[in-house]
Amino acid sequence: MTKIGLEIHCQLTNLQSKLFCSCKANYRAFEPNENICPVCAGIPGSLPRLNQEAVKKATMIAMALNCSTPEKIAFFRKNYFYPDLPKNFQITQLNIYGDTSVGGSGTISVGDKKIRITRIQLEEDPGRLIYEGSSSKNQITLVDYNRAGTPLVEIVTEPDFETPKEVRDFLNILSDLLKNLGVADPSLEGAMRADANVSVYGGNKVEIKNIGSFHDLEKASHFEITRQESLHDRDIPIAQETRHWDDKRKITVSSRSKEEDLDYRYFLEGDIPWVKINPEIRNELKLQMPESISSKKERYVAKYQIPEQVADVLSSDKFYSDLFENAHTESNAKEVANIITTELMGLEDTREKREVSKLTSIHLRDLADSIQTGKVSRNSSKNALHEILKTGKSVSQIISELDLGNVSDESELLKIIDKIISDESEAVDQAKSNPQTINYLVGKVMQATKGKADPTLTLNLLKKQIGI
Amino acid sequence: MMNLKISALEFVEEAKNGNVSVEEFIGKTLERINDVDDKLHAFLSINDKAIDQARDIDKRIKSGEKVGACFGMPISIKDNMCIKDSKTTCASKMLENFVAPYDATVISKLKKQDAIFIGKTNMDEFAMGLSTEFSAFGPSKNPWNIEHVPGGSSGGSAVSVSSYECIASLGSDTGGSVRNPASFCSTVGYKPTYGLISRYGLISYANSIEQIGPLTRTVKDTAFMLNLIAGIDPNDSTTVNNNNEDYLANIDSGIEGKKIGIITEMIGDGIDPEVMAATKEAISKLEGLGAICEEVSLEMVKYSVAAYYTITATEAGSNLARYDNLRYGYDLPVEGYEFNSYISKARKNFGPEVTRRMIIGGFVPSAGHAGKYFLKAMKVKSKLTKEINEAFKKFDLLIAPTVPILPFKIGEKIDDPVSLFLVDINTVTANLTGKPAISIPFKIVNGLPIGIQLLANSMNDKLLLQAAHALEQTVTLPEVPI
Repeated sequence: MTKIGLEIHCQLTNLQSKLFCSCKANYRAFEPNENICPVCAGIPGSLPRLNQEAVKKATMIAMALNCSTPEKIAFFRKNYFYPDLPKNFQITQLNIYGDTSVGGSGTISVGDKKIRITRIQLEEDPGRLIYEGSSSKNQITLVDYNRAGTPLVEIVTEPDFETPKEVRDFLNILSDLLKNLGVADPSLEGAMRADANVSVYGGNKVEIKNIGSFHDLEKASHFEITRQESLHDRDIPIAQETRHWDDKRKITVSSRSKEEDLDYRYFLEGDIPWVKINPEIRNELKLQMPESISSKKERYVAKYQIPEQVADVLSSDKFYSDLFENAHTESNAKEVANIITTELMGLEDTREKREVSKLTSIHLRDLADSIQTGKVSRNSSKNALHEILKTGKSVSQIISELDLGNVSDESELLKIIDKIISDESEAVDQAKSNPQTINYLVGKVMQATKGKADPTLTLNLLKKQIGI
Repeated sequence: MMNLKISALEFVEEAKNGNVSVEEFIGKTLERINDVDDKLHAFLSINDKAIDQARDIDKRIKSGEKVGACFGMPISIKDNMCIKDSKTTCASKMLENFVAPYDATVISKLKKQDAIFIGKTNMDEFAMGLSTEFSAFGPSKNPWNIEHVPGGSSGGSAVSVSSYECIASLGSDTGGSVRNPASFCSTVGYKPTYGLISRYGLISYANSIEQIGPLTRTVKDTAFMLNLIAGIDPNDSTTVNNNNEDYLANIDSGIEGKKIGIITEMIGDGIDPEVMAATKEAISKLEGLGAICEEVSLEMVKYSVAAYYTITATEAGSNLARYDNLRYGYDLPVEGYEFNSYISKARKNFGPEVTRRMIIGGFVPSAGHAGKYFLKAMKVKSKLTKEINEAFKKFDLLIAPTVPILPFKIGEKIDDPVSLFLVDINTVTANLTGKPAISIPFKIVNGLPIGIQLLANSMNDKLLLQAAHALEQTVTLPEVPI
């Protein structure tokens, strides 16, 4: 039997400032070592100043994952030497002297399965190391402290996963949840990272570090399970150790460093007083918390009769569900949901595309309304959508400029229909004997009008002209 | 002839009224330093812009512009507090070339009040020690007898005030580092309630118990300084709100009817008979002023030094871990070293006392030993706090000699760290419990000073200063022979 547990690190990217100073939490736009101050660079004499907003956001995560939240939280020092750590200790949280980290045990549903959360802690991200030079002899290590002090939430799970697929599903759900909460954008490079603990047949636990993406995490877990199973089959003992994912060779490699033997000498961080999180604060946070993904989904199905699968896709991505919330009216909800899930998701599937897109919720609302009132056919609406994304012009302007409006002028349509009846005499005969086949002729009309003919009117006129 | 011996309050009055030229006063102060500091070694660096700053203040006084409350008063600063663009060495080779890129909160507050930072003072390396013998740049000397230590770790600060090289100084007190040298050099030395003065910009040694504190000629001067530097600071989350208390107001309220506990454990074995006699004398003087004195036992005091060294070593081991010589420090090329071996090599430049405490600090909180040492020490700390809180239900103040012995000779104890540690027995309690404490110059015996210590409950700093002022008024002391 396989057991996998996870340690997920997620930066609170939506915060303005770092965890202990006023440098920017969004360090990504800076030149190396520009986004630093005496505090996050660990200059002698500087002291941490706790970002209260980070505590609130982390507590929200804990509540969203159904974790217990203590009355008071504390910070500890984790002491170790590493070049990316400006103080040579990390300020983090710990539960060994009582539950004092932002979140205690909780659960999250993945399909029918419940995954147990062990704890959630708030801590500072270290700096970034960049290695340059090809051979180990002339390799140099560059240190960039821009990231140092970025608020980071660590989520630790129990070893409740049995397959890498479950891990992947969980991470997708967690990522959607964090985004929906408005605390983080996990799609930013390096914003969400995970280590995995893998064991088979109740044997020793092996920790895999240095995994770059969720995709790699799945691959690394697969590799590790296979490795451990083959050792097990040959009665070779599996060592309890830390292994690194080698991205080039796609294998896990034993880290010869003595990481397991490190003694972190945890003790209370005296520079940060305990933070009280009383029931009033918790209630206030609960009120501030956005509607959960599952509640959104239920509402979409119940209120608007949106099909379950569509509601599922729509609710799980905050970007699209926000668009939906702003665009829909009582009458057009289904149509808006339809446009988003069938068309828009293919057009705005990356950050870059979303950034250049000129689409607003007003466009969406107008477009859905236009479809429903027959101003534009569903077919032509796709062209309109492309144009909206590119130009941001109003829906009515685009319909008229691109001549996408439905052909609903009877005399104009009749001319086209008459020509088709004379061209397609065979099909006309067939339609007379089997009315079902008239759709072929409707299709021909659509072709001739580039999809703009009003479908109901076309059908009626065709029937009239053929005489059925 | 300019009188360099005046108090802070006297200086401010004279400068404000234009009776004293600040430029002249600063000039004379620099001359004095030039004359005596070769012998005393109170200073590690001198502010070469002091005269210019004084000239500017004089100009502003003359033209009636607004001038801060210090009026150019020369203040010395222990070399573990950051002054922007100046060296802050902690008397260590490790920070020999460290130039602070920012001002400590106390520094920016005093700058606004037009203080002149005349120089940075000598100390035990990273504030670890009580004699300044552990300064990487050589010890300071006691101006009362230069064969003796001035106390420490803020030894340079105490020497500079007592030998008229400045009017006041800021030191830091982790286990007595302000009060001990104040006692040995016959100045006032005060450690406030934990959190009353911001530590932002004070280079940490044991951050959970240390405080910045002034060393001055008079208790009133301490109250004056406290008015300028106390209070909540957004940059130090451990600071407490003092509602802008005026510590000078009503300082002469006296101590009539106040109950004072004499801490039994601090006048027991090992106390010098002269110190004991001085303590008794101080008690009878306080009684003469209407106080009611009675013995009180704090049993945990006998474990306090052990707990103190365990806790401070743990915190030091962490606070000093950043001195890996990668960003500041001395010239040691990194090529050819693996990271950890480089750190070992780089850290060889810590002095013996720092090394000793860092080794202890790596051991006592470690996984296998924390229960036996660090956690036990924390237990002593909390029990001691409970005990002293109990005592303050009955007493307004507590009294004990600041140091159980007289200033010892330079080199006398340097090879016996444990006996040195025990000198801290009377001062560490205030740090472990966060209480305010003050040392008042009380007597000179055989040419060596003895200080008396008073303690008060948390946030009762004003009462403490009133009592200290009352006791101070009963004392007349000879002048320092230098």
